[in-house]
Amino acid sequence: MWSLGNITHSIDGWLNQTFSPALALLIEFVIVGTMAISLFAVLGLVLVFMERKVSAYMQIRVGPNRVGPKGMFQTFADTIKLLLKEGLTPTGSDKFLFNLAPVIAIISAMLLLAPIAFAKDFQMWDLNIGVLYVSAISSVAVISILMAGWSSNNKYSLLGAMRSGAQIVSYELSAGLSILAIVVLVGSLKMSDIVASQETGWWLFKGHIPALIAFVTFIIAATAETNRAPFDLAEAESELTAGFHTEYSGMRFALFFLAEYVNIFIVCAIGATLFLGGWMPFHIGQWTAFNHVMDFIPSSLWFFGKTFFLIFLIMWFRWTFPRLRIDQLLNLEWKYLLPISMFNLLLATAIAIMGWHF
Amino acid sequence: MSAIKYIKDIFGAVKSLLVGMKHTGYYFTHHKEIITQNYPEEKQQLAERFRGEVVMTHDSNNEHKCTGCTACELACPNGTIKIVTKFEQTPEGKKKKAIDKFVYHLELCTMCNLCVVACPTDAIKMDQAFEHSVFDRSQLTKVLNKPGSKIMEGVE
Repeated sequence: MWSLGNITHSIDGWLNQTFSPALALLIEFVIVGTMAISLFAVLGLVLVFMERKVSAYMQIRVGPNRVGPKGMFQTFADTIKLLLKEGLTPTGSDKFLFNLAPVIAIISAMLLLAPIAFAKDFQMWDLNIGVLYVSAISSVAVISILMAGWSSNNKYSLLGAMRSGAQIVSYELSAGLSILAIVVLVGSLKMSDIVASQETGWWLFKGHIPALIAFVTFIIAATAETNRAPFDLAEAESELTAGFHTEYSGMRFALFFLAEYVNIFIVCAIGATLFLGGWMPFHIGQWTAFNHVMDFIPSSLWFFGKTFFLIFLIMWFRWTFPRLRIDQLLNLEWKYLLPISMFNLLLATAIAIMGWHF
Repeated sequence: MSAIKYIKDIFGAVKSLLVGMKHTGYYFTHHKEIITQNYPEEKQQLAERFRGEVVMTHDSNNEHKCTGCTACELACPNGTIKIVTKFEQTPEGKKKKAIDKFVYHLELCTMCNLCVVACPTDAIKMDQAFEHSVFDRSQLTKVLNKPGSKIMEGVE
């Protein structure tokens, strides 16, 4: 299979020959950081445009169609607008926390990028507790939301932030349990092991009913954790104006906005890695010829295809379902998703022990 | 019993959500019928009774039918119309009351149509123009009778 590993290894080797190991490591950090930031920028531009077009098509509208061909450069124009806007800090706010909150939001999103395998042999940090790391870091995002809501000195912001706190703390559970179902089947928390275990077929197909239930629970919990409709109580623009980021303007608002979209990407990437095989092409058991044909499609294309499919699914939810009330939201989690995913975990464990999966 | 209801609830919820997704999915894949319009390029055919602003009708000889009776000014609920009258010399040497300025404050107008109903000579009517945005508020105060216009013969 064609791999990006050769390129990264040759760059690594050249850097280590030319410079001292410490300097080479530093340069590699800079390269990876630049790539991460440019991925952020591209994702922000692409996902916002995609969301606007998808929503327009689902609501029988045209969507952005003025700037560039088919409105392609609309998000560039929006970015320039946000960059040029004044970033206000309200007088009664806690200025330090107010300015810190968007930075924490974007940093927590950035940290989540580390263990994701974008293609074959193309991963920043393949740590042995990858999945645990992801679920641990993704809860840091709630701190930034609470910080933003509290420091704004605004009742709407605070209300939105409190709702968001309750929501993320409860949905973390079912997200964790549905991830655990796959971890039980794989027997490892390492991202590369999880991808490698799906060489004979993706877990969604190999894992029978438990994997399917875990997938559905994961998608619901992921939608809730990224604060998107139908779980967007933290923003709830029709009742709380904009929730926790009511008082933010200019680039600080843009950072929250960017963090939201990057979080969607990351959550979908993790979902794709766990259930749809990450960069692994579509393989069916021992059909060598078929598997070989599938290997011709580059692994990065598989990864981004799967991720964008899941992103589209989440956008589809957003533009179809009405927003839940806070009591309905917590009912859904504690009375339905949590018992189901606990039972599901038991089922997955039984299947893993008995070796019933393919 | 409640266990059965619990499971039924779950399946019912999934089914109803899928029905909704099928609906939006249909719209997404059948992107032909558009319910919005590209406004400045394509303009919607407005309804006949649509009211955009008050205008005074002038004929080709630059003559209007307003006698300056101020019935519209009295009928207006929020003081949109102000009529300034003057006295004109008729050829017979008589003095005759006529309008000098028919001042119309578009920024105050609610398009209630009461002035048009009140007018005894049908001098004013509602027009369909609705693109009234201007850079300065004073531009919304309009004089409806054209400069040099006169009252039409035979209108009393």
